[in-house]
Amino acid sequence: MKWVLITIALAFCMVFLLLPLVNVFAQAFGQGLKAYLNALTDPDSWAAIRLTLIVAAISVPLNVIFGVCAAWAIAKFNFRGKSLLITLIDLPFSVSPVVAGLMFVVLFGMNGFMGPWLQEHPLHLFGKEYPIKIIFAVPGIVLATMFVTFPFVARELIPVMQATGTEQEQAALTLGASGWTTFWHVTLPSVKWGLIYGIILCNARAMGEFGAVSVVSGHIIGRTETMPLRVQSLYEGGSVGSGAAAFAVASLLALLALITLGLKTFLEWKQAREFEHAQQAIMPEKEAGTEFLVQKDFR
Amino acid sequence: MPARKFNALPGFGLTMGVTAFFLTVMVLIPFAGLVIRACGLSWHDFWKLATNARALAAYKLTFSASCFAAIANVIFGTLVAWVLVRYEFPGRRFIDAMVDFPFALPTAVAGLTLANLFTENGWLGKFLVPLGIKGAFTPLGVVIALTFVGMPFVVRTLQPVLEHLEREVEEAAATLGAGRMRTFVSVIAPTLLPSILTGFALAFARAIGEYGSVVFISSNKPFGGEIAPFLIMMRLEQYDYTGAIALAVVLLVFSFILLGIINVLEQWASHFQS
Repeated sequence: MKWVLITIALAFCMVFLLLPLVNVFAQAFGQGLKAYLNALTDPDSWAAIRLTLIVAAISVPLNVIFGVCAAWAIAKFNFRGKSLLITLIDLPFSVSPVVAGLMFVVLFGMNGFMGPWLQEHPLHLFGKEYPIKIIFAVPGIVLATMFVTFPFVARELIPVMQATGTEQEQAALTLGASGWTTFWHVTLPSVKWGLIYGIILCNARAMGEFGAVSVVSGHIIGRTETMPLRVQSLYEGGSVGSGAAAFAVASLLALLALITLGLKTFLEWKQAREFEHAQQAIMPEKEAGTEFLVQKDFR
Repeated sequence: MPARKFNALPGFGLTMGVTAFFLTVMVLIPFAGLVIRACGLSWHDFWKLATNARALAAYKLTFSASCFAAIANVIFGTLVAWVLVRYEFPGRRFIDAMVDFPFALPTAVAGLTLANLFTENGWLGKFLVPLGIKGAFTPLGVVIALTFVGMPFVVRTLQPVLEHLEREVEEAAATLGAGRMRTFVSVIAPTLLPSILTGFALAFARAIGEYGSVVFISSNKPFGGEIAPFLIMMRLEQYDYTGAIALAVVLLVFSFILLGIINVLEQWASHFQS
């Protein structure tokens, strides 16, 4: 019985999890290394890679600022409406990415609330006029990405910050440390793995988001295509070798997923170990707990 | 009073202000915009846009495929969780880490590689297509993509519950003469049920909104190949904003109903764990 169940479970995981991954790289390198490198150095694919990095470089730090602030307020203080606030922060997870993109089209699109106003009010800088474009431009892509990745950092940090309590911070404050010093030298070190964990998940989703970005991007090749959108346009391109080129770009995203998984597994192990050490230090007579501080899911 | 105790820490005003600012700009205003536009529609127009034949066909595919996918997730997810928690075998840690792979892999890549696997020349399609099982560009493909995307939910919901399941209870059942099957059905299954249902609801909710992986593997043809998010996309491309908004409202309402159900299920499940 035991080995029958193990065999079925293993077979399922191999076919359903491992095979799609191996297939990405097999298809990407199917036409040879030269074709693979050519596909990646194609100017339009290169532009997509650059845009993906830019979007992640803007949206992830902003979400980190939000996540740290939200976690501090929620984990360290009691106030009315806390559970409502947590529900609101989690809200983007329950919204279909396409609907998320649509929200920003409704706000900033040509038929939207702000669209006409934005068109009539270009930005004046150094005597020149710059039209403000949000939809079908980079700002819209950043906004859509921020929306879908909004809860990640806060979600990972809140339970970790709650678990550490407030005694250490209060001790630091009593000893005369300022609020900032306390945060940098007491709070941050104790939640750093949870924070890194949240950043990694946030970044993976930011770089890989498809639906929401697809709605607001306008698919202008070489200008508003991120890597996932580039995969789609190559896949639908239909010319000779574009299928393999789609897989070449996809292989970079698959590599990102593997790195994310590797780091995530490492962090979970690291945190479980530190938690055990901490428990043994506080209560040596008690058996070390096996509870994980990090939540294992990232919806 | 806990509120008093916490007041010694600084920074509540600042952090709460930043939180409220981000939440308003990023979540509340976009939501409000959609709701205001939707309220601008008359009930009659809304109903016509949200329930025309093409939209109904899209809901049908979305909900039926999501349901089948969530059922597949329950069956295989329970099995995988059970095997991971109960048995020690070579490669267990590797499989455990791989379970999260569908979460980490961008949906576009998942759709691309799954579609390729199930085409006639693909690694799986080579064997399946001659048998009449066509996975690419069919409703079955939609189910396959949604199953892949929802895979981790059931496993990750069940794992902690299985870990906390007390072996003694099973042993007691066995001592009292219950067979393995009997023990599973009348002792283990009732404890797991709330978590299994939570996993089902999570996978189902995710599947309803999923877009990226499905566009690659579905035929995307009207009446039978279009999922609801894809139809929203089509409406937008035709500059039919009101049509897109009506569909979006329907999807949002279902998402929120599911969110409510998930919350109730999670509370029910937590009763069993304490």
